[in-house]
Amino acid sequence: MSLDQIENGKTVCIDHIEAGHGLKNRLAAMGLLADQPIRVMLNDHKGQVIIAVKNSRVVLGRGMSHKIFVR
Amino acid sequence: MENIEKKLTVALAGNPNSGKTTLFNALTGSRQHVANYPGVTVEIKNGLCHYHEYKIKVVDLPGIYSLTAYSPEELVARQFILEQKPDVVIDVIDSSNLERNLYLAVQLMEMNVPLVLAFNMADMAKARGLEFDLNQMQLLMDVPIVSIIARKNEGTEQLLEVALRAAAEKKARRVQVPFGSQVEKELEKLTPMVSGELDFTKQFGPRWVALKLLEGDQQVVALPHSAELLVLMEQSMKELEKHYHESTDIVIADRRYGFISGACQETVKTTAQSRHDISDQIDVVMTHSVWGLPIFAALMYLVFWLTFTVGEYPMGWMESLFSWLGGWISSYWPAGWSEHLRSLIVDGIIGGVGGVLIFLPNILLLFLGIAFLEDTGYMARAAFLMDRVMHKIGLHGKSFIPMLIGFGCSVPAIMATRILENRRTRLTTMMVIPLFSCGARLPIYALIIPAFFAPVWHGPIMWMMYIIGVLFAVVLAMLLRNTLFKGEAIPFVMELPPYRMPTLRSLMLHMWDRGWLYLQKAGTVILGISILLWVASTYPKIPEDKLIGLDEAQQHSAQMQYSVTGRVGRLIEPVIRPLGFDWKVGTALIGAFAAKEVFVAQMGIVYSVGEADEGSEVLRQRLRADYTPLKGICIMLFCLLSSPCMATIAVTAREAGGWTWAALQYTGLTAVAYVSTLLVYQVGSLFIGG
Repeated sequence: MSLDQIENGKTVCIDHIEAGHGLKNRLAAMGLLADQPIRVMLNDHKGQVIIAVKNSRVVLGRGMSHKIFVR
Repeated sequence: MENIEKKLTVALAGNPNSGKTTLFNALTGSRQHVANYPGVTVEIKNGLCHYHEYKIKVVDLPGIYSLTAYSPEELVARQFILEQKPDVVIDVIDSSNLERNLYLAVQLMEMNVPLVLAFNMADMAKARGLEFDLNQMQLLMDVPIVSIIARKNEGTEQLLEVALRAAAEKKARRVQVPFGSQVEKELEKLTPMVSGELDFTKQFGPRWVALKLLEGDQQVVALPHSAELLVLMEQSMKELEKHYHESTDIVIADRRYGFISGACQETVKTTAQSRHDISDQIDVVMTHSVWGLPIFAALMYLVFWLTFTVGEYPMGWMESLFSWLGGWISSYWPAGWSEHLRSLIVDGIIGGVGGVLIFLPNILLLFLGIAFLEDTGYMARAAFLMDRVMHKIGLHGKSFIPMLIGFGCSVPAIMATRILENRRTRLTTMMVIPLFSCGARLPIYALIIPAFFAPVWHGPIMWMMYIIGVLFAVVLAMLLRNTLFKGEAIPFVMELPPYRMPTLRSLMLHMWDRGWLYLQKAGTVILGISILLWVASTYPKIPEDKLIGLDEAQQHSAQMQYSVTGRVGRLIEPVIRPLGFDWKVGTALIGAFAAKEVFVAQMGIVYSVGEADEGSEVLRQRLRADYTPLKGICIMLFCLLSSPCMATIAVTAREAGGWTWAALQYTGLTAVAYVSTLLVYQVGSLFIGG
């Protein structure tokens, strides 16, 4: 399932990310790697998604959250 | 004493929001602005710090998450470390967000530079129930760690002590970041081949170069390597990708985090909740899908209200001060002294510079408001809220941060566009930034609006000017994104820093910094231009015989028209007449290119040459006599939309990488201003009479 389908407040684990080289690398630097648990702080199913990862809050664009697959 | 002083360079690295700039200020006593959102340090800044016999050059690198070659900030920071070879690097770490912050630290360790970790915000980490075993951590990571509280200037002396020691020792690392047997095997293959190759390798070690090659780092790969090595690199990368089903750089990133969480597991004890508890609760309201935007609009309105309503009082005092000063000089002017000199001082300097200076309180309040929104961390939320709107015009929320700064001044705003990774988005944002009404336009509105409108309308009309600017920016950005800068919007990632209570010191510093810049501008550019414009408005003197039979006002007007200004104004009058402007406004518009505030100064000069003790109120009366409210609106509209000032043009040329862009911005915006003002004036005249 992709991240943009996850409801508010749920904690999930990143399975894999389908993105280009540069983007994947940037996400990795922010701690977004496979097997990393993340919590969805805000997802209104329209705009961006706010997640909690490693004690920081990160805003991901809608398109981007569609490329992050979680389990 | 001087000659035994030892010189050193210390570079400050760290994640955005780690408190790097605060530490920089604490060390150098400088007044860099600190803001609580990603990307404040867009340039490398230097400061000096004297410590015992050392003269330390402190360098504030841009806030970064990593040291790859993907973003301009990261490249800038890395380039600095590679080329300038600082004696020691201090990595500032937000200790309440340790793991993510250590990611950069690990990469610095890989580079083999003398390194010290400054665990910042130690107090907050403690309050949140985090306990560190620093001794153990220093051993595990083989790097000295000092715990500091930068905003209270605690621990900074010890930090310097440790940093100086690290710089002196320059010892080789004992512990290497382990990447797991597969990666290590490939590294071992590459390392011997890299060794002999370049000077570069001697400095940072073959292991680092080999690692970067494995990561496929564009910059390191592009170095002149032997063909043999490149073939080997390809093989290694393929090997690893086959093994992990993932690209090598991600595998390596994963290993780094593995090393970090291993080290943290043994040395960090968490006894309480996360650092975001209160922040998250505030965000439930602030980022609410229904209330978020109205709250944002209300906050912005509050900032403007503060600027204008509260600012009115000190502005009145400044005004009285200048008019008293002008009157005082005039009345005590010794008989027989040059009348020209008196006019230069009273009409040129006091009239021009004073006319601009009286808006200092407004500028200070506006920047106080912006600084508050920045320092608390709200700005990142504003970017989040605006994303949906911005998305529709082909930009994303992050573009909104430079735009908001543009309400203060276009120059830092254009520099702040560096936080945008995509060039097309960045250029689009840069082009439209001058449409966000900057602080220098404020004096123009503050002069014109009360001249033509009743007090109840002051607020709404001012608000309207800002909104008009924003609307134009939106339309223009949309246009640009669909034509010149066409392309996919790139997906975006932005950190939301936890809310923080700004320190009074930080707010004051920011406000003072901006105020000081404004004063400097008034004392230099505006003073110079005022004198120039005064000369141009006073000379050549009209022959006496032409003044016979005219009353004082008519004489003044005749002289004005005879002067250089009058002639130039007349020359351009046919062009601007359709906009409702006469030659007086024309000359002020020319002056406004140097700096927008000059418009006000020049109007003051045009109307006060030959007269003393003028306040804005007198100038307003004159404006009221010569122009209509519609013309007033047109003047403001044209000043809002037209050619950005010299400084903006220069910074656009520099940031966009070419004068073509700056020229495009200048002509484009001026054309837009001309057409829009023409429409408003012509259509407006039909209905209410010009």
